Amino acid sequence: MMDFRWDIIIDYLPFFLQGALRTIGMSLAGVLLGCILGLFIALGKMSPLFIVRLPFVWYINFFRGTPLLVQLFLIHFAVMPLFMSPVNPIASVIATLSLNSAAYVAEIFRAGIQSIDKGQAEAAHSLGMNKIQVMRHVILPQAFKRMIPPLGNEFITLLKDSSLGAIIAAPEIFYWGRAAVGEYYRVWEPYLMVAVIYLILTLSLTYLLNYLERRFATE
Amino acid sequence: MISVKNLKKSFGALEVLKDISIEIEPKEVVVVIGPSGSGKSTFLRCLNQIETITDGHVYIEGVDITDKKVDINKVREEVGMVFQQFNLFPHKTVLENITLPMSVVRKWNKQEAKTKAIALLEKVGLADKADVYPDSLSGGQKQRVAIARALGMGPKVMLFDEPTSALDPEMVGEVLEVMKQLAKEGMTMVVVTHEMGFAREVGDRVVFMDEGYIIEENEPEAIFGNPQHERTQSFLSKIL
Ligand SMILES: Nc1ncnc2c1ncn2[C@@H]1O[C@H](COP(=O)(O)OP(=O)(O)OP(=O)(O)O)[C@@H](O)[C@H]1O
Ligand SMILES: [Mg+2]
Repeated sequence: MMDFRWDIIIDYLPFFLQGALRTIGMSLAGVLLGCILGLFIALGKMSPLFIVRLPFVWYINFFRGTPLLVQLFLIHFAVMPLFMSPVNPIASVIATLSLNSAAYVAEIFRAGIQSIDKGQAEAAHSLGMNKIQVMRHVILPQAFKRMIPPLGNEFITLLKDSSLGAIIAAPEIFYWGRAAVGEYYRVWEPYLMVAVIYLILTLSLTYLLNYLERRFATE
Repeated sequence: MISVKNLKKSFGALEVLKDISIEIEPKEVVVVIGPSGSGKSTFLRCLNQIETITDGHVYIEGVDITDKKVDINKVREEVGMVFQQFNLFPHKTVLENITLPMSVVRKWNKQEAKTKAIALLEKVGLADKADVYPDSLSGGQKQRVAIARALGMGPKVMLFDEPTSALDPEMVGEVLEVMKQLAKEGMTMVVVTHEMGFAREVGDRVVFMDEGYIIEENEPEAIFGNPQHERTQSFLSKIL
């Protein structure tokens, strides 16, 4: 540690910043697509019909019960080649993060929706609203408020997990860290730098989420 | 107006409504009384299919609402319901609580809905509360908003499930007053309540339920003054 080589960090700073933008972009795309998909999975899993519920239950089982790295390899090397060639690793990371977070988001949505008092839906139905209208105008707006903290945590998890993309050469933060290690044969500077960037991103997000939570709480 | 034929309702193995038949005439005010757990709420909730019926039929204006081909949402527009726990939408203002179903279900435009909603708020004496959220209202005020909200759909029947049971005693009067006014205007009403004064004064008929059956029904004076059935007598002796 006596001779910390700042020059490596300075050399690689443009790549790290570019990587950070990719990390943010991939996680953001992952969580947004995950939210859309997750809502449908949550609704499917709440179906009164067992046979309708079944595929959604197993979707969630699969994506929560297998390692993300295995999912990434399956998607990158097995699934994506069916759709594109050559496979873009960024697309693979986004697809994996979306599908994976959808399973977690679905459970967050379901818990949020089921936490709303049954009387709310009953009152709305008694006024002539159909199921979709009740969901959209009465249940979801109230559930959403309660879902902000767990959704925020999911986003932070996703942001960290996107570092797995380095293994399939998606040029995000960790990828550039590994590249710097390869070029200079030094481990401390690049990996510490990578860790610091992730820390800055997750701490800023935590701060932003706390702020949002407070805003919504006082509304 | 409402015709119930051999209505039965079970929750799993528990049979809550065993065989209920009753005819309710237009403009009639029917008060339902009975011990806790006798099935009063369940009966009321079967009248707008908030509970699905196990067996029997319910006709609203001649339409069999147990028929799968009937659009139950259309029927519910005609049948307003007021709950013990108010069930106002906490994320909407008082005004929005009333206009939401108008615009979502009836597809009225904003201005139309707002005008109608303000008129209803004036009717229940809460026009000055239009823009506050339900959280800041007292129980009595909440229930009056809930009544206004149900009236907004222009229902032909109103169902009340113990509308004053969750209220502090000093607020019961203001809610009953609104209900009396409604009855005077000729609204058909089915009211589950423990307010015997209201039953006497406003009710055209009192129905006594116990253990899933209608045990006895009659004009208020007759039920309270001269109950025929022993179970009615013992129930009334406990609460009067
Ligand atoms: N959703 C449900 N699932 C299972 N059992 C239920 C359900 N709703 C009601 N019950 C049962 O049905 C019976 C009748 O309930 P109901 O609420 O209709 O009685 P009630 O006459 O309205 O009583 P109260 O005066 O306490 O409101 C009770 O034993 C109750 O536990
Ligand atoms: Mg009840």
